[in-house]
Amino acid sequence: MHEMSIAQSIIDIVQQEMARHQVSRVSVIRLVVGEFTAVVPDSLTFCFELITKDSPLEGVKVELEQVPLTGRCRACGEEFTIREYRFVCPACQSGEVETVGGKELFIKEIEAE
Amino acid sequence: MKVPVVRNVLEANEQLARENQARFREKGLLVLNLMSSPGAGKTTLLERTVDALKDQIRIGVIEGDIQSTYDAEKIARHGVPAVQINTDGGCHLDSRMIQAALPEFDLNNLDLLVVENVGNLVCPAEFDVGEDYKVMILSVTEGDDKPLKYPLMFSKSSVLLINKVDLLPYINTSVETIRRVALDINPHLEIFEVSCQNQTGLEPWFAWILARVPHYKSV
Repeated sequence: MHEMSIAQSIIDIVQQEMARHQVSRVSVIRLVVGEFTAVVPDSLTFCFELITKDSPLEGVKVELEQVPLTGRCRACGEEFTIREYRFVCPACQSGEVETVGGKELFIKEIEAE
Repeated sequence: MKVPVVRNVLEANEQLARENQARFREKGLLVLNLMSSPGAGKTTLLERTVDALKDQIRIGVIEGDIQSTYDAEKIARHGVPAVQINTDGGCHLDSRMIQAALPEFDLNNLDLLVVENVGNLVCPAEFDVGEDYKVMILSVTEGDDKPLKYPLMFSKSSVLLINKVDLLPYINTSVETIRRVALDINPHLEIFEVSCQNQTGLEPWFAWILARVPHYKSV
């Protein structure tokens, strides 16, 4: 259940951004979450609701944009979707695969009123 | 009104991890973050490792557990400094907890610091603590489907110790399958098959550590 720490980190960042942009109310937080992170979306939104209760962020909508796991072969340049966590190039069978998508975990934007 | 943010959710932890890492570098310390599910054998592996290496290098241990000081006491009985962190329900250690524990050690008199994380195959993988390497244990009794079910930890680890291989005759676990799937996820993973109970297969693991201790190399 590290989603609780993640929810707290999101709140810390959003509060800093609210102060920086002199915003008093936020309606939506948009997150980008890669498939290859240990974050369970339902669990994250649940934790978020739980710890924002009776706070200025209560009721804020959390929208998650999920990013599939994709790789690029360092040997032949092939880009492909990684299935079943096989980090092996389907074109040339090389194991030198760089992850290009799926590890994201960031706050993209907030919708302020 | 849309306000662009584009900030990494775990940035606060990652900043502290960089601070820890800089401190470890300055002190010439090798730091390992040891992770596994509960009961895979982290503490027993540490006891074996401490016994084998404590005459050659100076070792310190940080024990992470939800509750109790049982593990730190166990390690301290082997004659090395051990500090217990209780997370009080938290499922992983983070860089702040490690930073808070560091004043308990004389870092000038250590060559190796091992952080034994909370037993959990999921959450600790997301939180760097400033370590040089993540090391994980999978015991064969957990089954050979675990790399596919918990790929993140296999992907982030540099070493996989397959423990309790003495039990293989009694169970339906294929070490071959564990190796194949783990290497699909992470082709650079170094794999050691060990039995901490029978103390077999541990020599290559000890050699792996010694080869990476900055002080040991310079002696």
